[in-house]
Amino acid sequence: MNLQFKKIIFYAAILLAGIFAPIVFPAYTFQLAVLWMMILFALTWDILGGQMGYNSLGNILFFGAGMYICTVVQIGMYYDVAEYTAHFGAVKIDFTPYQYFTGISAGLVIAAFACAIIAVIFGWIVFGLRGPYFAIGTLGVAIAAGELVGAWDYVGGGGGISLPNYPGGPGDREMFFYMLCFISAVCTFIFLKWLYSTRFQLALNAIRDDEEKAEAMGIHTNRYKTIAWSFAAFFLGISGGIFGNMTGFIEPLEVAFPTVTFGIFMVLMVLLGGKGTLWGPVIGAIIFHVIKEITWTYLLGWQWVALGALIIINVVYFQQGIMGWAQEKWPEFFGITVDEAIASAEENSPAEKEASL
Amino acid sequence: MFDNLSLLGLVPMLNLQLLLDGLLIGSVFALAAYGLALVWGVMNIKNLAQGDFVIMGGYITFTLSQPPINLHPILSIPIIFVLMFVFGWGLYHTIIKRVIERDLFTSLLATFGLAIVIQQLINLAYGPDVQTADAGMEIREFFGGEITIADTKLVSFLLALVVGLLITFFMKKSRMGRAIRATSQDARAARIMGVDTDRVYAFTFSLNAAICGVAGVLISIIWVIQPFFGITHSIRSFVIVTSAGFGNLIGVILSALGLGAVEQFSGFIFGAEFQQATVVGLLVGVLIIRQIMQSRQRQVVQ
Repeated sequence: MNLQFKKIIFYAAILLAGIFAPIVFPAYTFQLAVLWMMILFALTWDILGGQMGYNSLGNILFFGAGMYICTVVQIGMYYDVAEYTAHFGAVKIDFTPYQYFTGISAGLVIAAFACAIIAVIFGWIVFGLRGPYFAIGTLGVAIAAGELVGAWDYVGGGGGISLPNYPGGPGDREMFFYMLCFISAVCTFIFLKWLYSTRFQLALNAIRDDEEKAEAMGIHTNRYKTIAWSFAAFFLGISGGIFGNMTGFIEPLEVAFPTVTFGIFMVLMVLLGGKGTLWGPVIGAIIFHVIKEITWTYLLGWQWVALGALIIINVVYFQQGIMGWAQEKWPEFFGITVDEAIASAEENSPAEKEASL
Repeated sequence: MFDNLSLLGLVPMLNLQLLLDGLLIGSVFALAAYGLALVWGVMNIKNLAQGDFVIMGGYITFTLSQPPINLHPILSIPIIFVLMFVFGWGLYHTIIKRVIERDLFTSLLATFGLAIVIQQLINLAYGPDVQTADAGMEIREFFGGEITIADTKLVSFLLALVVGLLITFFMKKSRMGRAIRATSQDARAARIMGVDTDRVYAFTFSLNAAICGVAGVLISIIWVIQPFFGITHSIRSFVIVTSAGFGNLIGVILSALGLGAVEQFSGFIFGAEFQQATVVGLLVGVLIIRQIMQSRQRQVVQ
């Protein structure tokens, strides 16, 4: 039984668990769907935050943009959007199954590509900012986007939009959206696994380690940064479209651009799992989601305090995350080898080491 | 929106009124922003909990002004100063001390967590209602009632001025102030010269919390406080400091006054619900302008 075979069994087990989980635990279908979405959030945040060293607090912008674009496309294909939103969903229009499924597929595709384009446009604005300015700038863009959409009557303003009803039973509906979340998260993982095996990851890591040197080495840093952000935006746009349909009602501040909930969760999940690794965000997302559900259930009222405390403890005391900790503990398992000759040479000449710092 | 614009053109006194209100409120923003410039410049801490310190100071004032204590809000300023100083000192030794030497994002995220904890604890204690501490003062009228200035705003302006002058004096003349300035210039050199930088950091952070507390007292008198208003105050401080730069007290004051005036005008023209959007929009604008200026500098270097 070689390593390759073990890996195949491992991935197959995860896929099977993903498919059969809602059948075994039907009461938790919604929670499981959100869990897959959280994994997607963490994976996409890590493209910039972990691999490239650009800590964005505003990635939620693409989640909300995708949600709104998907909704508008879905409705706009068959009805007048302004008329639909003017009733705040009071007049429920029934979509036929054909209309519904063509609408949602077109909506998701268009949302994904539109979000990638938005990322290119905003990337041009924010990628000149470095360090904390980038974090604050992206946070500002995300908050401003929520406020502006809230003032835009065409898409329902602050009152929001009710989405078309799913044509089918409630059980089917849950399973349908669970599968969408599951597939989008798995696709994101596979895409990133491939991406991180190419030169692209090396370029991103070079930007993280020293942007000026990377530029001097001939890497078009701005191009790489923008493309990396539009990858994140692409998948976030899809997840936004799915989440909007899953909840059935969208509004700008709490659902579409939740800067202080999902927007921070994605950062926290990556930090918890270990940034700059492929599996770290996945593990972090699972642990975080479980902790969050437990505190939301048993610490009602205090859940936010617990969350804030978790952020502080995580950031201050445990920043390397679970994967970082595991890599320190068992380096050989991750293929990190310590060259004995260099290590002993460094130990013998502390003065040189000091100088290199 | 255009109605309001044309109204401003028709009644020139209204412009003056908005400008005065903005400048008087801006003076209070300057206090919190100066605190942020202090911790940012000296310790390189981007404190996202800045606004929540302000709101916290406001709520302590509110509690003291209620029965059974019934303390006048203005008299509570020294108490708040001491309480928030102690609070900042405790916070420094539990959390902030451990993030100073880390990368830039760490302090931002840690203080963001802190902001969530503070605002939620206040929310649990007082509920999400809007509160205000009543100072029981009158409203002055000028030009036959065309311009009104609340006495509370004038008093808070003067108090902000006094506190600002005291802090400036302290930074210039006292031994600790000199140590703080030395540390911000070069922490390592200051350590070699015998400055206990750890103590300087602790003092700076506590002083910042105390200044924010005083700003909170003034905000609770002239305006309203609510558990979740902290983030807007934080963003205001960031806008001011980003546009003024640290260690530039005059710049901080001028941009704070400007921000206050811009907010009043945009609140009048677009409506009060766009207040936060205005502040955030200004932040993005300031960052873009800063970037353009830097890219020009960068070309010179290359």
